[in-house]
This record gives sequence, C-alpha cells and structure tokens, in this order.
Amino acid sequence: MPNKTFFWFFLPTGLAMILFIGLPIISTGIQSFYAQHDQVVKEVKKCDPFGCTVSIVVDQEKTSKIRDEKPLGKFNGFGTYIDRNHLAVEEIGKFWNETNSFGEFVDQVTNLPFYKALIFTLTYCLFVTPNVLLLGFIIALSLNAVTRRIRGPLIFGTILPMIVTPLVGSLVLFWMIDAEGIIGANLQMLMDDPYLSLKSSKTLTWITIIIYGIWHHSPFAFVVFYAALQTVPQEPVEAAIIDGASRWQRVRHIVLPHIYPVVTFVALISLMDNFRVFEPIIGFSAEGSAQSLSWLIYDNLVNEEVILFGSAAATSMMTIVGIAILLAPVLIRTWKEFRTAR
Amino acid sequence: MRETNMKKILISLLFLLFGTSTYADCNIKSGSINILANDFPALRTFVETAKGCKGSADFKVTHSSEHNKIAVPALTANPSEFSARIAANSSIVPLMNQDLIRPLDDLVNKYGKGIQDSQLITIDGKIMAVAFMANTQHLYYREDVLKELGIAIPKTYEEVVAASEKIRASGKMQYPYAAAYKAGWNLAEEFVNMYIGHGGEFFKSGSAQPSINNAKGVATLNMLKKLAGLSNPDYLTHDSEAIKVEWESGNVALMTLWASRSGTLLDDDGDAKITAATKLTGPATVAGGNIPAATLWWDGFTLAKNRSDADAEATFRALAHAAANKKMVADAADQAVWLIEGFKPGPKSIGVIEAVKMKAKPYPMLPQMGLMHGALGSEIVEFLQGKESAEQALKDVEAAYMSKAKEQGFL
Repeated sequence: MPNKTFFWFFLPTGLAMILFIGLPIISTGIQSFYAQHDQVVKEVKKCDPFGCTVSIVVDQEKTSKIRDEKPLGKFNGFGTYIDRNHLAVEEIGKFWNETNSFGEFVDQVTNLPFYKALIFTLTYCLFVTPNVLLLGFIIALSLNAVTRRIRGPLIFGTILPMIVTPLVGSLVLFWMIDAEGIIGANLQMLMDDPYLSLKSSKTLTWITIIIYGIWHHSPFAFVVFYAALQTVPQEPVEAAIIDGASRWQRVRHIVLPHIYPVVTFVALISLMDNFRVFEPIIGFSAEGSAQSLSWLIYDNLVNEEVILFGSAAATSMMTIVGIAILLAPVLIRTWKEFRTAR
Repeated sequence: MRETNMKKILISLLFLLFGTSTYADCNIKSGSINILANDFPALRTFVETAKGCKGSADFKVTHSSEHNKIAVPALTANPSEFSARIAANSSIVPLMNQDLIRPLDDLVNKYGKGIQDSQLITIDGKIMAVAFMANTQHLYYREDVLKELGIAIPKTYEEVVAASEKIRASGKMQYPYAAAYKAGWNLAEEFVNMYIGHGGEFFKSGSAQPSINNAKGVATLNMLKKLAGLSNPDYLTHDSEAIKVEWESGNVALMTLWASRSGTLLDDDGDAKITAATKLTGPATVAGGNIPAATLWWDGFTLAKNRSDADAEATFRALAHAAANKKMVADAADQAVWLIEGFKPGPKSIGVIEAVKMKAKPYPMLPQMGLMHGALGSEIVEFLQGKESAEQALKDVEAAYMSKAKEQGFL
C-alpha cells in the first residue's frame, strides 16, 4: 500500500486514538504529579441522633479559596510514585539496612502493596501467556485434523469461554469452588480434608485464577492459530510426508515457521491483556489473596470513600511503563525482522 | 448534654409518642427530584413514600449497592446528576470534604414540620442531613442450638468464642460463627467495631496521625482471628449477603450482622424451623469493656449543592414527607429502626435498641476516617491468613494510611 493511501486509511482511527487514548493518558500523566492541597480543618460541634461531639471538619471557605487558585492541586513531582504505596523507595532503603538476610529483605519488600501486586501480575503473565499459546495451538492443530462435518460445532464449543463475559465466567467458577460447590466439596472428599478451601489459601487462589485465565484466553489464541493454519501451503507438507517426516517434524519445520508472525502477534496481545488482569480478582472475591496492578487502580478510585486520583494515575502510568518493558523484546525483534525483510 | 440526648433517643425509640403531627406539605408544583440511595428494603420503602408526595414534580431514583462509588463524581458535576443522596455517618464525610451538599436550615424551617430535632444532623450549627433510621451490627443466635447444648446467650465476644467452640466440639456444626469478613470495606468495619469495643482511638487526639499500633489494636486483631477460626474457611470472601445465606442454610449458630438485615432473615422465605429459632440480641462487648464492640449508624438524606434551589426545595419537601411519616413507620415497623416520631419498635429492633442502651459509639464522622477504613481493609488480611504478626499488620495499616493521607493533604 502506498504511504499516502495508508495515511488516509489510518486517519480516522488515528484521530480517534489520539482523542480517546492519547489525550487521556497525557491527562493521567499530569494528574499523577499532583497531590491534594493541605486540608484546612477546624473543630466544630457535630450532633446526630446519638448525641453531640466536638470533632473536626474540612474548612470549606479556606479550602475552596486554595482550590480555586490551583485547581490541579499541590505539585508533588514524583512524590506519589516513590511513596510507600507505590515504589516505596525510602522503605526499601530502610529494609535493606535493617534486615539481616536477603530472604527477610524480600519478605519485607513483597509486603508492600505495589510489589505485592506486581508479583501477582507477573506470575499471572508468566504462567498464563505461554500456556494460552500452547493450548491454543494444540486445540487449533487437533481441530484442523478432525473431519469437516463436526468441525463447526466443535469450534463453537471451543470459543465459548471467550464469549462468556469474564465476570460471569469467573463467578460461575467461584461458586463451583466454594466449600459447598461441586468442585470444592469433591476436592475436600478427595483430599480427605474437611477444612480444605480453595478460596482461603493464597496459593490455591492464585492457581485458580491462573487456570481461569488460561481457560478464558485460550480460545483467542485458538481462533487466530486456526485461521493461520488454513493458510499453510499443502505442497511442502505433502513433500515432507513423502520424505518420511513424522507429524511432529512437519509441525516443527513447516507449520510453525509459517505461522510464526501470528504467534508473535498472539503473544503480544496476550501479554498486554494478562498484564492488565482484573476481572477474575473481582469475580473470585480474591482481593484478600491476590491483587494486580489494575486492581490497585480500581481500589484507589472506588474502594475508598475518598478518591485517590494521584495514586490511581501514578499506578496507571507505571502499568503502561510495565507493559512497554514486557513488550520491548518482542517489539525489538519484530522491528529487526521488518528491517531485514526490507 | 449527652445523657439527655441518649434519653431522647431512648424515648423516641422505645415509646410510641402520641400527638398531633402535621404531614409534610405535598403540594409540589414543579422541580425535578432525583435520588441516589443504597439498596435495602427500608430505603426502598422510604423513597417510595417520598414518591407518593411528588405532586407534579419529575421523580427519579437510583437504588444501588454501589452508591458510594457513584456519589462523589455524580454530585461534583454541575448541575449534579442527583438532587438528593441518602447517606450515612461514613458516606456523608466525603460529601462534606468536597463541599457537595447544602445546609438545610431554611428548608427545615419552612417545610420540616413533623421532623423531630433528634433527627437533625447538625455540623457547626448548620443542618446538613435529616436522619430517619438507625442501624448497627449485633448478635443473632439460634435458640434451638444453644438450648440443646445448654449454652447461655453470649454477652461478650469471649463467650461467643467459648460457645462456638462448644458447638463445634459437639459435632453439630463445623463453622458455628459467621460475620462479614470479606477483605475490604466489610473486614475493616469489623476491625473498627472490635477496636472501639476495646476502647481504642484511631487517631492521636486532635490530629490525623494514626494511633492503632498499640496493645488494644493487637488484642482486636487476635480476637478477630479467633472468630475467623470458628467461621467458614472462605470467610475472606463473605459479605453480609453471603453469611445471610450461610445462616439460612443452617450452617451457623452465632452471627454478627447488620440490624437492617433482620427483616430478610425473619421473613417467610427459607426453612421455617431455622427462621423460628433465629433470635436477636444486643451487640457483644469485648475484653471486659462495657461499651459494645459495635458502631451506631444513621441513614439520612442530604441535598446536592450543585442543583437549582427549586429542585432542592421540591426534593426536600418530598423527602421530608417521608421523614416525618407516621403511617410509613407503622406499616414498615419491621424493616428498620426508624428515628421518626411514632415508631413502635418490634422484635426486629432489639439489636439497635440494646446497642443504644449499652451506649454504643457512633461510627467516627472524621474527614480522614475513610482513608483509615480503606487501609484496614487490605492490610490486616495477611495477619488473618497467618502470614504476618499483629504488630506488623498494624504497622502496615498505619504506613498505608499515612501515604494516602499525605496525598490527600491531611498530614
């Protein structure tokens, strides 16, 4: 496609992206450098049906004056980024000096909310992404091999997990693994442990969420791989059969190299999706055992009665940076291949 | 002052006061009314009653259990999406902090006939809300189970623990105790109750500096852990609705739950035998204290500031009609502990009335309390899971709170 055609073709999408993605990100970025003004409080008498007390309220007159002057708040620089609820630079320094062993240091650091969330998010990505690729590829290969007559219904059944809304899917599983649900109760019987609970143990909750993630995301990989498999040329495959290549050798040396760009694409999308893992945590009510970066943002915005815009914005920016770092190797590689191809 | 007020509440709660009351004027000609409220039966009744008086005004209502998440953004807009917000002790605070609600003095003078003085929430001499019902968390017990095992009705959490252990030992129930321990708001609320029961203070007096990392805080956590050990192992995922279901399936014999839920527990749905054996009693005390390990809550209405005076007037008149409505209170006596004149408390109100008698403290209405509540909800989980010490958990709560409070300008 000539560059000019491409430009006009891309223009509407590009504009929409700048308007709905680019500008909000910039605004979030600016927000993350600001904190609320110092609250001016005063002592007043408060009376309710249960009696009167003297206590404090925010002094609206003085506060609104400050707010009108500087509506964005107090400039905080990277203050929010390095505070205890985010990168916790000061705390980590302190832990480093105070702890006696490396294990203890790691314990202390992983106790901080941001690092706790980061570890879960990375663990989730690390387990879900490769398994989604593998499972999706295996399903695509197997479905490609069955007779055409039953392929339609099978494909439909396979992509069901993707059609089901994530929240609903996780809720269904959540009820099934309840101590009285079908999976939970049977596991208790199998393990002969009436106290076994998938929801109360941190490790088991993580495993449940990861399995759910694989179940939910595999159909996407499958659909893309299946489409790619349709484009594999038959001649080299037939030639390989005549040469006596085994099924595995054919897949390894003909099919995989052919669909390799698609694998990269799925890996990229999958990584991005998984880094933003959020719905299963809500669906499984797993806030206690598993927090992700996206959940931290949600928590800052809605779980407190006071909305922490600065905190949420800082975590958002760091999520974007995190995704960029994760994708960098794949992107660099694709870029290099693109260059050599030209 | 406090004493006389207590007396006033007791009187209004316990006795039916006869007297001539004028119903709020309902001749509303214009304006538009849009109400945001939590979702439970008593509030639905209240809003329905207000609707009956809307006259020719436009009337809309949003009942949502996610009301806290909507309120601040919706009322910040100008004009605000809602003209009124049904709030409680805790949820009025963010509205006050952001200056989103208007004083009601003029409207109360003009249209507030029948509203009792004790219903008025005044802050710095200005009426900011009109309360209409009270709520608290208290004990529920299964009379049949306790009788069979010869257990007296527990008055303290130590007795709750002993009773639950006895029930478990008898083999009748594996997890005899339940409370809403879902990580987040619910769990933090349980901590707040238990800590107040221990006589704890959340902040150094007169400042926003936290002060929960002390012996009382540790004792609070240890008691919560003991109770958690007697609950269903999935307790960190159980909210009020989930433990209600546990109760109705007969898995639980002792439970701490909101008074406003008693209506759904005692209705005709579900196993009649369990419903018949479900009894209410006051909140328990803890560690030899005499004030209950519970907080008192009021629900009342507030009016949005960013809305025209005409809308505010129409909204006030409709809501004031409900907030002084003897007929509603008589018809829906089962649904809530109404603070409205003419309320005759029934068996479902025992919990709140006992709590008031025992001088339970109201939930602290402080500007920075929401941040503390949020920090508690996420930072004490690991202690309950046995992953860290009580001291470490409390240290984490204070640290998490301080970062948030700094960002919000409280420290």
